[in-house]
Amino acid sequence: MKADLLERLMAARAAKTPLALLTRLPDGAQALLPGDDVPAALAAEAEAAIRADAARNVTIGNETWFIAPENPPLRLIIVGAVHIAQALVPMALPLGFAVTVVDPRRAFATGERMGDRVTISSDWPDEAMVALKPDARTAVVTLTHDPKLDDPALEVALRSPAFYVGSLGSRKTHAKRVARLTEAGLSEAEIARIAAPVGLDIGAVTAPEIAVSILAQIVSARRGGPKKRAEA
Amino acid sequence: MSTTTDSEDILATAARWAGEGETVAIATVVETWGSSPRPAGSRLAVTESGRIAGSVSGGCIEGAVAEVARQTMASGTPQLLDFGISDERAWEVGLACGGKLKVFVERLG
Repeated sequence: MKADLLERLMAARAAKTPLALLTRLPDGAQALLPGDDVPAALAAEAEAAIRADAARNVTIGNETWFIAPENPPLRLIIVGAVHIAQALVPMALPLGFAVTVVDPRRAFATGERMGDRVTISSDWPDEAMVALKPDARTAVVTLTHDPKLDDPALEVALRSPAFYVGSLGSRKTHAKRVARLTEAGLSEAEIARIAAPVGLDIGAVTAPEIAVSILAQIVSARRGGPKKRAEA
Repeated sequence: MSTTTDSEDILATAARWAGEGETVAIATVVETWGSSPRPAGSRLAVTESGRIAGSVSGGCIEGAVAEVARQTMASGTPQLLDFGISDERAWEVGLACGGKLKVFVERLG
């Protein structure tokens, strides 16, 4: 790989631009898309790889190319700079998530509590969520237990393409939440998207255990749920 | 991935090492069959001085790949390696999991 190509790749990443690195096998000639000029059929395969977020091999004519897509990081938006959020942040980072913590209560939403590798928003959750624009590569989890903070965030998240929306709270708490969100005009289908009680049922008790159960559920949502072992 | 996450960003690590003056090779899984532990696109970076980041298998073939990477660092010629159960070398280097994979090794810069 030429140094200038790697430099262009790192620059595109920093700009959060989706791209694909194309390598011809076995001689190793390389191209970067968008940017370099390649045959239309190869460019179409690169676009498909970016959309699918999965590497692929293609043979076009008598040439074999390996296509490695590079998408911007997944995002995790956590509403509530609470104890569980403190446990979630350091576990979410190595899973590839860029993390934003939203909490207008400035005593909670501090860099000291959340670490220096997250973005902190002290805006009201509905404003923060509108600004953050959750997309299909975004997971949202609300942790405050406080309807004043969780509900406005959920109203935005449930109408966004976010691939996961989870909300902390017992079955009883969730039933009340469903009633409030229905009252607020959300449809049954929108409300049904909420993962609640949040997380996979692993009997989690402590904050780090709950963080594991939430992240396991998020990974499952992202990867399309449990796969049969026989297929592996 | 971005600098704000510490996901398995092997290219960023490779770029950093190169920036420190190291000679670096990158190995990439380009195709898999069967129960290969790491998907296509997985990367391993190796330096001449012996630093290693990332993986292309569950640890079975990293040693062999690093050896080829050293040749590639010296020659500058990329190599496409086949590991699999049909290949006796695969057993020798320990790919006992029954998978098959192709790994592309190239020098950086």
